[in-house]
Amino acid sequence: MILLEATGAFLKTLDTWDVIYILILAAFLGVEVISNVPAILHTPLMSGANAIHGVVIIGSIIVMGHADSTLALVLGFLAVILGTLNVVGGFVVTNRMLQMFKKKK
Amino acid sequence: MSNLDILKLCYLLGSLSFIVGLKMLGKPDTAKKGNFYAGIGMAIAILGTIFFHQNGEGEKIGNLAWIFGGIAIGTIVGYLAAMKVKMTQMPQMVSLFNGMGGACAALIGIVEMDTHHPEAFGERFIIFLGLMIGTISFAGSMIAYGKLEGKIKDVGSKFQQIFNNTFIFAIIALVGYASYDVEFMSSNVIWIIFGASLIYGVLFVMPIGGADMPVVISLLNSFTGVAAAFGGFLYDNQVMLTGGILVGSAGTILTVLMCKAMNRSLWNVIIGAFSTSTSTGKSTEGLSIREINATDTAILCAYAQKVTIIPGYGLAVAQAQHTCHEFEKVLEEKGVEVNFAIHPVAGRMPGHMNVLLAEADVSYDKLKEMDDINPQLPNTDVVIVIGANDVVNPAAETDPGSPIYGMPIIKANTAKNIIVMKRSMAKGYAGIENELFYDSKTRMLFGDAKAMLEKLIAEVKAV
Repeated sequence: MILLEATGAFLKTLDTWDVIYILILAAFLGVEVISNVPAILHTPLMSGANAIHGVVIIGSIIVMGHADSTLALVLGFLAVILGTLNVVGGFVVTNRMLQMFKKKK
Repeated sequence: MSNLDILKLCYLLGSLSFIVGLKMLGKPDTAKKGNFYAGIGMAIAILGTIFFHQNGEGEKIGNLAWIFGGIAIGTIVGYLAAMKVKMTQMPQMVSLFNGMGGACAALIGIVEMDTHHPEAFGERFIIFLGLMIGTISFAGSMIAYGKLEGKIKDVGSKFQQIFNNTFIFAIIALVGYASYDVEFMSSNVIWIIFGASLIYGVLFVMPIGGADMPVVISLLNSFTGVAAAFGGFLYDNQVMLTGGILVGSAGTILTVLMCKAMNRSLWNVIIGAFSTSTSTGKSTEGLSIREINATDTAILCAYAQKVTIIPGYGLAVAQAQHTCHEFEKVLEEKGVEVNFAIHPVAGRMPGHMNVLLAEADVSYDKLKEMDDINPQLPNTDVVIVIGANDVVNPAAETDPGSPIYGMPIIKANTAKNIIVMKRSMAKGYAGIENELFYDSKTRMLFGDAKAMLEKLIAEVKAV
């Protein structure tokens, strides 16, 4: 009973159905996109995916954008730095890896 | 067009670029463009958020100086770190950046809890869960980084496995209850979840063998994706949702593919079957090895028709990929056909060796995949194993008791002559004996890969 209530409350807080659609479609898409990738590209692909989840930086910008307490400011600032590191570092490293493949053909 | 519409358009472009980018990353000739598109999409999504995002009360993003300051610092440090890292240390770097993303997700959860004190079950549950996964990913990535750098050793036992499993269930239970009962431990609960997840992340990666780190990094990569998606839930933010889930599911599949390349199940990797296994392969006591010197090796290779080089991580560590390419060239000048046999997990990540050799200008068509080269090995005059060990260990085919039994290998032992270039008789990453070294066709060439290859080049030129 509690569980049911809880699930109900959980669903209510979200723009639920849209979110669930996105979630399921994106999950299938992820699987689809990765299948049949040659082993030589596993490393760059992992690195590229690593850069993409840096999208979490958007959360940190939102948090930071509405922060007022000192704790929120400091932690939010740190989160923005870390998120940027993930994004920039991720894309640059991937690019460097791929550059090496490029030279040949 | 209202601000909200512009923002949603930015997010749509961002999501699209991630999907297309990831798809293009999967093909050699479009990979670079794919990475570029995804990066552009990311920039659009970030700038869109900064300039057009409004919260429920219609407030725009403030503290812009802080935000741009943070982005500037992150960009400079991230760019320099990514440009300076050596190709051999790429896996560590990916792990490090992954950890940063996880930590970012965790911090968002902490700040959100601290500023808004949400009371709805759903909101609390999402924040706690995102915090938990982000933190585990962060702590785990740091340990994985330490292991790949050789700073942290494998520590594990049966007891720890049981403890780990109990511990994670306890954390999840705490997350569930704390989401339901707002009063529970008041504001301290978030720190307890944070601390416990930190400890779990460490314990989770600690017992896993160093050779399995790529799999772990890939798994943690998908964890961070899921943590980012929880952020998307929280803010009803489409681009975080799609980006996060996309990486979460793609990362999981990639992890499974990597496990398949090593013929191990994900479960086996996680419970650390490698490191806790007691079997170290057949005893090789009483067997002797035969050494060979550089001059004889050079003569053997120079008069061969077909030579296949099997590179391993030792080659990468010695930074010998360029020298190896030189060696290939001098042999070709002598009319020898030279190929490279690449095991899918050679190096420290699948495909890592291809990246390293491509860096050294070795042409694509010389890099043969394991399945293509194996049938050709019986008519190969000389195979030269450089700094590889487990991937050529015949025990994977012959000894059911061996921890690597079943792993596909490059069948170096079927070639006419085998030269094994190694620094010493030390065991490979899996920590097991290699019968190949004691084979009657095998000669050991001891020395640093780079120095030895330079010697060989000089000797071959002199032939």
